[in-house]
Amino acid sequence: MDFALTDEHRMVQHMVKEFAQKEVTPIIKEYDRKQEMAPFVLPRMAELGILGISIPVRYGGQGMDYIALGLACEELEAVDTTLRVVMSVHFGLNSLALLQWGTEAQKEKFLVPQARGEKIACFGLTESGAGSDVAAITSTAVRSGNKYLVNGEKMWISLATKADHALIVARTNPNEPDPHDGLTAFIVEMDREGVTSGDIHGKLGIRAGSTGWIAFQDVEIPLENRLGEEGEGFKIAMSCLDNGRYTVAAGATGLIRASLESSLNYAQERRAFGREIGKFQLVQQKIAHMVKSYESAKLLYLRAGWMKNQGKRNTRETSLAKWFATDASFEAASEALQIHGAYGYSDEYDVERYLRNAKGAIIYEGTSEIHQLMQAGYALEYREDAPLRCELPAYDVESWQIET
Amino acid sequence: MKIVVCVKQVPDTAAKVVVEDGQVTWGDAPLVINPWDEYAVETALLQEEAHGGEVTAISVGGEDAKEALKHALAMGCSNAILVSDPSLKNADSLVTSQVLAAAIQKLGDVDVVFFGKQAIDGDVGVTAAQTARILGWPSLTLVSAISELDPGTRTISVERSVEEGRQVVSGELPAVVSVVKDIGEPRYPSFMGIRKASRAEIPLWNLAELEVEVSGPVVEWPELSNPPKQEVVTEIISGASSQEIAETLAEKIIEEKVL
Ligand SMILES: Cc1cc2nc3c(=O)[nH]c(=O)nc-3n(C[C@H](O)[C@H](O)[C@H](O)COP(=O)(O)OP(=O)(O)OC[C@H]3O[C@@H](n4cnc5c(N)ncnc54)[C@H](O)[C@@H]3O)c2cc1C
Ligand SMILES: Cc1cc2nc3c(=O)[nH]c(=O)nc-3n(C[C@H](O)[C@H](O)[C@H](O)COP(=O)(O)OP(=O)(O)OC[C@H]3O[C@@H](n4cnc5c(N)ncnc54)[C@H](O)[C@@H]3O)c2cc1C
Repeated sequence: MDFALTDEHRMVQHMVKEFAQKEVTPIIKEYDRKQEMAPFVLPRMAELGILGISIPVRYGGQGMDYIALGLACEELEAVDTTLRVVMSVHFGLNSLALLQWGTEAQKEKFLVPQARGEKIACFGLTESGAGSDVAAITSTAVRSGNKYLVNGEKMWISLATKADHALIVARTNPNEPDPHDGLTAFIVEMDREGVTSGDIHGKLGIRAGSTGWIAFQDVEIPLENRLGEEGEGFKIAMSCLDNGRYTVAAGATGLIRASLESSLNYAQERRAFGREIGKFQLVQQKIAHMVKSYESAKLLYLRAGWMKNQGKRNTRETSLAKWFATDASFEAASEALQIHGAYGYSDEYDVERYLRNAKGAIIYEGTSEIHQLMQAGYALEYREDAPLRCELPAYDVESWQIET
Repeated sequence: MKIVVCVKQVPDTAAKVVVEDGQVTWGDAPLVINPWDEYAVETALLQEEAHGGEVTAISVGGEDAKEALKHALAMGCSNAILVSDPSLKNADSLVTSQVLAAAIQKLGDVDVVFFGKQAIDGDVGVTAAQTARILGWPSLTLVSAISELDPGTRTISVERSVEEGRQVVSGELPAVVSVVKDIGEPRYPSFMGIRKASRAEIPLWNLAELEVEVSGPVVEWPELSNPPKQEVVTEIISGASSQEIAETLAEKIIEEKVL
């Protein structure tokens, strides 16, 4: 078993960290307060190639492996969760789905510009009445000839107002006995007639990000924009989540690290009762828990990344990594705030933002409750993963890095 | 143009450097490319972009110095060379300069060599000047801007950042240049560079290949000790008006003979 990162991994880690710390750290509080995304974030991530990190070079990406993707997410979220959210939706939920399920023509048309960062992508699954219960989706896509007519509304969609392409799931067959089987996935260009979108304000966290809604009114979608087969929408959506959740797990690991680092600094600086507060065992206990969470979360996501590299199905392992890391990040941020006392309660320090940002990840990409159902289901053998028609391609350095 | 940039692997700025048993140690803190050398790489790449040619990064050090070279490759350098030899274990800056000069000569036809102004481990800051001296080339140190570099007329004109202000200096090529921060923010490594760097086989030169006889180190560090702990007392000055606070502060400063 080899736990060592390669030079390539370390270089990616270093580069992403430099970007996040040098360019985003100085401005993040301002945009968090304004509840806006800093306008340079997406163009800069595009320019640096981060938006196409683990896509083969021949599809406009950077040809890094899935571990590098995780490391990048960890570094991004150590600065702000909104940076990692970009990777979760643009990259994990959307671009990797195109790599996995797209036809060659779809990859050329949609994946290449996304990997280059020329087009931004989002993922629209949730509706006002369908969150955890995906089968309750009511958006419809009615086929006539070589077209579909799409109607409905998606809610809580990250990057809804920033994206050029949305991967959405709608109901094509209302008569399927099992409602899961009546869903189909589509790639929708956001400038199609009948597509409107808006932002949701007043969120607890991820305030320097963009979360919104997308409405479809009689939107015509050509057949070539259908991803996968009719009725395959649920399976595709779940496979998207295997990739999105991986980025969330790795990101939450970065949030634990950031909470730990702030706590270490503060505990060695702040004095009470005549000594630095790090000397108190109750403070040490909090720090010990953060160390445990960080190291465990890291191992869990690296295992999931390794499985992706090998082309092994990782729904179970990724779910565990995501559940563990996000719950642990909320706890770590909360304890970090506690260690900072009243100062942690104000936005003079970063820890209150960590706490607000951590909560979201316990809700999206499968609530913690859903992950507990999954883990128990696997353990009790109520649940197993059937092979997919298209699996996420294993990482292969030679073919992924051929320069074009 | 044939450009060389000299880089060193050093402990991260965040490392806690302490003295233990008379020796400096930074524990197992991560090693990074010397931050000043990143500015040198940036300068070298800008010159390559302006005049064509290629940039070769050279490092004298152990196996782990390859990481600094890979960083330089990932930023965009064309080649990298590691000079390593067991006899260089206790090399001081003079020995290092002799080795670098020999490597630059072995490369041949080099037009300009860039250095960072100093390395953050030893903070000696004389390697560039010494290398220039050994090569017999002009030494342009602490450079904050390259106003002109003309490979045709073989001239270089720079601004140096010195205590008194800016100094404009011209010289002839080949030359050795050490740069300071004002020269311009170094770029991040690009993914294309990272792909290249991670595949690169970095050639290793030893002293026999360089055909160089180096002197023994002239500087030795027989024993080091931590500086005495300074008692720092903080005092918050209060007063009714900013005028009053400023006056109290001024009095204190004079009293303490700070000024
Ligand atoms: C900041 C943010 C960004 C988001 N971005 C996106 C996006 O880009 N794309 C997208 O499609 N969606 C996105 N979402 C939506 C997110 O995926 C959903 O909120 C999530 O799936 C939960 O659905 P819900 O909010 O409808 O909650 P519900 O499903 O209504 O759940 C409410 C509560 O009931 C619990 N619950 C539900 N079912 C069960 C059960 N069977 N057993 C036990 N407990 C259960 C849940 O765990 C939860 O605690 C985002 C959400 C947020 C907050
Ligand atoms: C919204 C708000 C309103 C407030 N209102 C008032 C008010 O009206 N009046 C007022 O006087 N104050 C008020 N406070 C201040 C509040 O009482 C202090 O913040 C609190 O006593 C903690 O002190 P501190 O913030 O300096 O943290 P510190 O005392 O510096 O503590 C930092 C951390 O070290 C831990 N710690 C400290 N000592 C020990 C120990 N011996 N063993 C183990 N752990 C230790 C603490 O539990 C904490 O986690 C308010 C604070 C807030 C956030």
